[in-house]
Amino acid sequence: MNLPVQTEGLTKRYGGLTAVQDLNLTVRAGEVYGFLGPNGAGKTTTLRMLLGLVRPTAGTVRLLGRPPGAGRLTGVGALIEGPAFYPYLSGRDNLRVLARYAGVGADRVALVLDLVDLTDRAGDRYAGYSLGMKQRLGVAGALLKDPRLLILDEPTNGLDPAGMADMRTLIRRLGAAGCTVLVSSHLLGEVEQICDRVGVISGGRLIAEGTVAELRGTAGLRVLADPLDEAVARTRALVGAERVRVVDGGLELALAPDRAAWLNTELVGAGLAVRELRPRERDLEQVFFDLIEKGTADVA
Amino acid sequence: MSRSLHAELVKLVRRPASWLLLAITLALALIFTYLFPYASIAGGTDGPNTDRTLPMLLPDHLVGNSLGGLPVFLGAIVLILGVLTVGGEYGWATWKTVLTQGPSRLEVYAGKLLALAAAALAVVLAVFAVGAVASVLIAVAESQPVHWPGLGDLLTGIGAGWLIATMWAMLGAVLAVALRAVALPVGLGLVWMLAVQNLLAAIAAPLLDWVAQAQKGLPGPNAGSLAAALGAPGDTPGVAATVGGGQAAVIVAAYLVAFAAVGGVLLRRRDIG
Repeated sequence: MNLPVQTEGLTKRYGGLTAVQDLNLTVRAGEVYGFLGPNGAGKTTTLRMLLGLVRPTAGTVRLLGRPPGAGRLTGVGALIEGPAFYPYLSGRDNLRVLARYAGVGADRVALVLDLVDLTDRAGDRYAGYSLGMKQRLGVAGALLKDPRLLILDEPTNGLDPAGMADMRTLIRRLGAAGCTVLVSSHLLGEVEQICDRVGVISGGRLIAEGTVAELRGTAGLRVLADPLDEAVARTRALVGAERVRVVDGGLELALAPDRAAWLNTELVGAGLAVRELRPRERDLEQVFFDLIEKGTADVA
Repeated sequence: MSRSLHAELVKLVRRPASWLLLAITLALALIFTYLFPYASIAGGTDGPNTDRTLPMLLPDHLVGNSLGGLPVFLGAIVLILGVLTVGGEYGWATWKTVLTQGPSRLEVYAGKLLALAAAALAVVLAVFAVGAVASVLIAVAESQPVHWPGLGDLLTGIGAGWLIATMWAMLGAVLAVALRAVALPVGLGLVWMLAVQNLLAAIAAPLLDWVAQAQKGLPGPNAGSLAAALGAPGDTPGVAATVGGGQAAVIVAAYLVAFAAVGGVLLRRRDIG
């Protein structure tokens, strides 16, 4: 089966600067894949190479199983580095022009305008649009071809909180409908909410890839119990000293959350007052910064 | 290709700047080819344009009068149109928007060039039409007979005008691709057409033989020679029979093709920023 996105050894150099290095990226059919990285990490350059806007220095790209060449973007929709349209045309006329290039019928224009909730203002000139409206028109343009693969570069940029929520809903809906979505972002919460898998890029290299849960690593437990000294001693005796850390007046345990009831019974049975016992997950933001730091150190 | 052409024509026709440029073209053609010379003749003043006599403003001189502006000042406006049509995609960063819809770079570029060629024809036809009306009005006002050029001359003139205008449009297009912008290509194009060409012709060529020889291979003097061969007034800036009409037509056509090809090669090879 053809993978929607597959790159091998993808590299882009600008003179002495390596923007993307030996990138092997795989996006599976039907998944929403988050492409995470700080500004300047190489996300947009990678997406531009996928779409043929930038020529790789080395490596190969296949979209929907097709190599570069005529027709490679059939079934692929994209919004790269912010929306860009003709300011003297209305939103609707901009999409009609794009529909001509794409070879799709004018009926798709009305449909995608409705999808991004822009029908009421579609007759206004693009120059008068707010940033959020421009962004939504950009997404509408990306959806014109009813794509099987949608590549979105920072799609919630410029949107207000309600617009961001709508965009996330739209992406999830497209994913649920079988459309493969590759979405780049530096907003961790956004990626966490909508993505099945995540790739983290830093310094042009893919430094981690997996589900959000996999990236977070093993979950644990946090316990607040009195008296603390006895709780520490008892817990270390129960699960092993190496699995227990004292943090901020409580205990952090490297223990599966489904052992919480057992632990509670043991601690209460030992006469300890358990005030709080809850699953503890690594904060994705912390995971991200750890990865970036590690990636930077590896490159150095 | 036809999809790209249609999209480009829509953009060109709906763009206010296109109509503004057409209006300026027609106003310049009308004012400098008919209005000022006629005002001079009607007022009986001896202006510097002493070659322009009443018979030269009548309909049978329509071809030459319509072509006279194309080697320099009307050509400069068509060059601006070429820059705007191609360079606008850089200015608004819309190359990525267009190309991610699926057409190849060369498809889009070819659509643009064909749209420019159509626009150049429309400009030339409009200049001829405005000239026809103006010359008829002068003939009626001066009680002169109205004699039109033959159909063959008219078609040859329109063809030559289209060739010259399209060449300048292609120069605008290639400058826009090469410099990936709008302002700088317009500036450089106008400096070349309005300043450098005139300096070469008026100052350098009379002093240096090799410059005079080199002029015979440059686009401006060949456009001027083609216009001159078809009756454009010799006192119009840029109009001079430096080479024969046939040779001029071939060289103008060669420049047209070369500008278009170089732009295509550059666009195909470079990254879209």
